[in-house]
Amino acid sequence: MEYEAVIGMEVHVQMNTRSKVFCGCSTNFHAPPNTNVCPVCLGMPGAMPVLNREMVTKSTMAGLALNCTISRWSKQDRKNYFYPDQAKNYQISQYDLPLCHDGNLEIEVNGVKKDIGITRAHMEEDTARNTHTIGGGQSGVDFNRAGMPLLEIVTEPDITSSDEAFAYLTSLKQILAYLNVSDCNMEEGSLRAEANISVRPKGQKEFGTKTEVKNVASFSGTAKAIEYEIKRQIKVLNDGGEIIQETRGWDADKNRTFSQRQKESAHDYRYFPEPDLVPVVMDDAWEQSLKDSLPELPAARRARLEDSTGLSPYDVQVLTATKAMADYFETVMDQGADAKQAANWIMGDLQKLLSAADQDIMDAKVSAVDLADLLALIEDGTISGKIAKEVLEAMFETGDAPKKIVEDKGLVQITDTGAIDAVVEEILANNPTQVEQYKGGNEKVIGFFVGQVMKATQGKANPKIVNEALRAALNA
Amino acid sequence: MSTITKADVEYVAGLAQLQLDDDAKERLTHEMATILNYMDKLNELDTENVEPMMHAMAMTNVFREDVVEPSLPRDKALEGAPSHDGEFFLVPKILETDNV
Repeated sequence: MEYEAVIGMEVHVQMNTRSKVFCGCSTNFHAPPNTNVCPVCLGMPGAMPVLNREMVTKSTMAGLALNCTISRWSKQDRKNYFYPDQAKNYQISQYDLPLCHDGNLEIEVNGVKKDIGITRAHMEEDTARNTHTIGGGQSGVDFNRAGMPLLEIVTEPDITSSDEAFAYLTSLKQILAYLNVSDCNMEEGSLRAEANISVRPKGQKEFGTKTEVKNVASFSGTAKAIEYEIKRQIKVLNDGGEIIQETRGWDADKNRTFSQRQKESAHDYRYFPEPDLVPVVMDDAWEQSLKDSLPELPAARRARLEDSTGLSPYDVQVLTATKAMADYFETVMDQGADAKQAANWIMGDLQKLLSAADQDIMDAKVSAVDLADLLALIEDGTISGKIAKEVLEAMFETGDAPKKIVEDKGLVQITDTGAIDAVVEEILANNPTQVEQYKGGNEKVIGFFVGQVMKATQGKANPKIVNEALRAALNA
Repeated sequence: MSTITKADVEYVAGLAQLQLDDDAKERLTHEMATILNYMDKLNELDTENVEPMMHAMAMTNVFREDVVEPSLPRDKALEGAPSHDGEFFLVPKILETDNV
């Protein structure tokens, strides 16, 4: 029988506010255990949470970027359960009136575009982190993470393959990074994806029984886990078995999912309105001001740049991968540089230097304006492209302006035909064998002469003039 | 008339992590039914044109600005805990994952 997969994703995004969602404790990830804690995030009786305004701002921006409707009224609710990842026995979340709902995100897989429906995006507090390496039959609890601001983004079951899931996650991450509402740092867990996966015979309307895969460290891991889980479920069904609704973890070493023991009782969270927090009312003016503050989003930016630069979709995709990269590229162009030249230098030599130094373009000592100046020096013939590579390396090291480096190192291209003619004469005199070869019809030897002239001038001779001078001398 | 069974009481007690003896279950079965029946009275009202009330206070949009405030010193934070090691709160070992 042929099966199809039905997948929905839940992504917890840690928003990059300075302080926690309901108290003033710092959100610094690197603090020692239990040092960013206070009566509110420790769940002490009587402590009163107050919602961080910036959390509402950033969450709304994310919702708008995902084409969501922003609720005029939303509220916080208590999700009740007992577990040592929180002390007050409830997590503050949003239940029936989430801040954002009914949106969509367009993804592209192998050139095919598709909308993934966004069911909702709601604000909640993160829970404490449990550590199991304490020993002595005990687990440790670190409340630094309790009260961290999370936006949970839930999709419709619109995803049908691991490729689509991967495309969804990378697009989502890109948008959140463009918005600067989250650091999107996978190692620090600021994006955590869970997938609900089921399969059904092709054409069947009803969903099959789903499993939930969570706690996967990377997007590619999530995609692999989904791929594995689809195959596993199909095999179970083909063997006449039944899918058990359960949570499954991902074993990255063995490349397989595994069943995780369930908490003892069925989930019955008995949500009720959080009496300690008042509703959030978003009026048109507030929503509009947030809409106005949105940056140009990746899809729009790609379309505009493809249109205005004539670069290939692939090049544009690379150049808009991050907002910083796209801003850099556009600044170089704004200085008058040719789009193709700018693209080649950024994606080629500059990217190579960045990768080797493990640096982000934001931290590069080479400013966009300086790179544009470098390209202008090539354009006006002051230096050759080859010398420019050397200059760029120096710029990358020192942060100096290209003009200064060219002057300091005496790299200005020799365009004085008299000077070049003199060098050419000398080279030809010293290499009679090659001159004979050329005269005998082996024109390829010209490359050898060019190399010799360049060597003699430390690469500073203008290659075009060298070529002309050589041919003139040899054909004379 | 709402009816509450002993099984309902046991379920709710389980969620609340309460251990009840048979007498308490019996008594609570009766008491919870009484409370729910009292609530049923509210259902007699026509609320067709009444907006649901989301909060007991007529306040909205109470926020704090995104400013970091001092946290508790760690020894203060840990001091009331039944068990800690100076860094972490300690709880009986949590067994979360088991391979099958």
